[in-house]
Amino acid sequence: MTTSTTTPAGSAIAPRRRRADDVAGLGTVRAGIFVAPALILIGIFLLFPAVWTIWLGMTDYRLTGLQAASPEFVGLDNYVEALTDPSFWNSLWLTLIFVLFSGIIGQTFIGFGLAWSVRNIHGWTKGLIEGLVLAAWVIPASVASFLWLVLLDRRSGTINGLLGTEGTAWLIDHPMQSIIIFNIWVGTAFSMQLFSSALSAVPPSQIESAKMVGASGWQQLRDVIVPNIKGHILTNTLLITLWTFNTFTPYLVTAGGPNGKTEILSVYIYETAIPGGQLGLGAAISLIMLLINLVIALAYVRVSKGRNKR
Amino acid sequence: MTATPVRKVAANATVRHFLARVAFALIMTIVGLLFALPLVWLVLAPFDATPSLSLSWPDWTLDNFARLAENPYALRSIGNSLLLGIGTMIIVVVLGALAAYAMSRIRIPGRDGILYGLLLLSSIVTGTAAMVPTFQIITQLGLINSYAGVILVLAGGILPTVIFILKDFMDSIPKSYEESARLYGAGPFRILRDVVAPIARPGLAFISIWTIVQVWGNFLVPFILLRSPDLQPAAVLMYTFYTESGQADLRLISTFALLFSAPVLIIYFVVNRRYGFRFHGGIKS
Repeated sequence: MTTSTTTPAGSAIAPRRRRADDVAGLGTVRAGIFVAPALILIGIFLLFPAVWTIWLGMTDYRLTGLQAASPEFVGLDNYVEALTDPSFWNSLWLTLIFVLFSGIIGQTFIGFGLAWSVRNIHGWTKGLIEGLVLAAWVIPASVASFLWLVLLDRRSGTINGLLGTEGTAWLIDHPMQSIIIFNIWVGTAFSMQLFSSALSAVPPSQIESAKMVGASGWQQLRDVIVPNIKGHILTNTLLITLWTFNTFTPYLVTAGGPNGKTEILSVYIYETAIPGGQLGLGAAISLIMLLINLVIALAYVRVSKGRNKR
Repeated sequence: MTATPVRKVAANATVRHFLARVAFALIMTIVGLLFALPLVWLVLAPFDATPSLSLSWPDWTLDNFARLAENPYALRSIGNSLLLGIGTMIIVVVLGALAAYAMSRIRIPGRDGILYGLLLLSSIVTGTAAMVPTFQIITQLGLINSYAGVILVLAGGILPTVIFILKDFMDSIPKSYEESARLYGAGPFRILRDVVAPIARPGLAFISIWTIVQVWGNFLVPFILLRSPDLQPAAVLMYTFYTESGQADLRLISTFALLFSAPVLIIYFVVNRRYGFRFHGGIKS
């Protein structure tokens, strides 16, 4: 189709080339029929919600009552309400802390540390460490959160037993720290695996020559390893940021409590829209979340394109 | 005489190096323990006659599994999870394979752009960011509290990744097979069924397993869209188990947790052994 007018001989060449490509004789129409159902489903449940959020965010839609039957257009009222509500800013701030400490710092550094410490060992220790970390990432979120509720239990939790801090209610006294550590536990596997493969791709000759000139472990890390895996670090950081920003799992541990101290953005939207019934306001906050996602995802695309070109 | 300061510096560096190593090893051991503790409880508590919240060597028994088998809610929820997983899998594999095949064999202008766009979209419109419009759409469609709603939403979210992976797979199938099938007079549907599908079987199997794993662990979508307790999958029931029932029945919950986790753990480790990092790498979200 596209090449048919490019050259004088194009009309003769193009159909043949097309046929050579379309070996099953599918034809454009049938191909369209093959693609359509998937695209329709994606359109309704992925593309449409994104657009619908914009409209919904400008109505006073509620779960019950008069506004449920006939919602009215309220323009930017929801956005004004959200942006002037201290609890929204509080939630955004909590999300920032959560993403920074559990994702960017925690998962990245511990993931790298684990990859680094098992890089030269083989056999069961390596398998055991990687297996444990991977298992934490694989088991369903509901189970993972329950395991942490058990571990941190006030009366007879294992952590209190080990630390000799009987009676400490971690989830009430240190709720944010608790979900940060919980999320590190759940998500570190990705960084560990990514850095493992990155480290194995660093040319050994460079490390050898660094050792020859007497570079210490720290210097090797800074001058040889990090420059080599810079691209991986960036990719890892962006993906982790996106995923941590969008996770709902901390809700299973603290349900946003106590007193909203762990009400990160995803939990805040849920609480506002579904139990709170304010769908319009919830949608307005959703749109803010979608826009932040868009920024992170576009940054990721730029980075990965740049890396592929190299 | 002049050599002493140099040696001293070298000795200091060695000591410091040694201490740094010990500190690093110590930190990593603590981290390793922290990773192990919850998992050890998960594996041991179900076999303990009287499981407690603290970690202890079990008083071995299989009674808990027998008791779980008698609990109608627990078993039903596992069945519900399977139903949701298989339902989503069928939609995703059939629609994904058709779309990926057509995209692989027919030149659509800007095809790669469309694919990347879809993939980007699926990472932006996540379950959490889109929960309000999704809830709204499903309510409008009258699919609230039904499996159809949950399955459609899950399938819509998963499909872009599936098409992306399967198209890669279809691209690698040599076209000569289809050419020769065509020479013998096979039509496109026949070719798809008898030539392409069998060759693409590893890719389709991978997608099927991956989809089931995704749905198996998903909490948010069924949590929002399903209201009746008897429809809820294990991921949601697990959560209500210990919040609504005040006193937690640890024998039941711990056994249920293990039974619910075991399938995905087994699948992941088997597949990981066979396919390596690519599988669990960018994919699980």
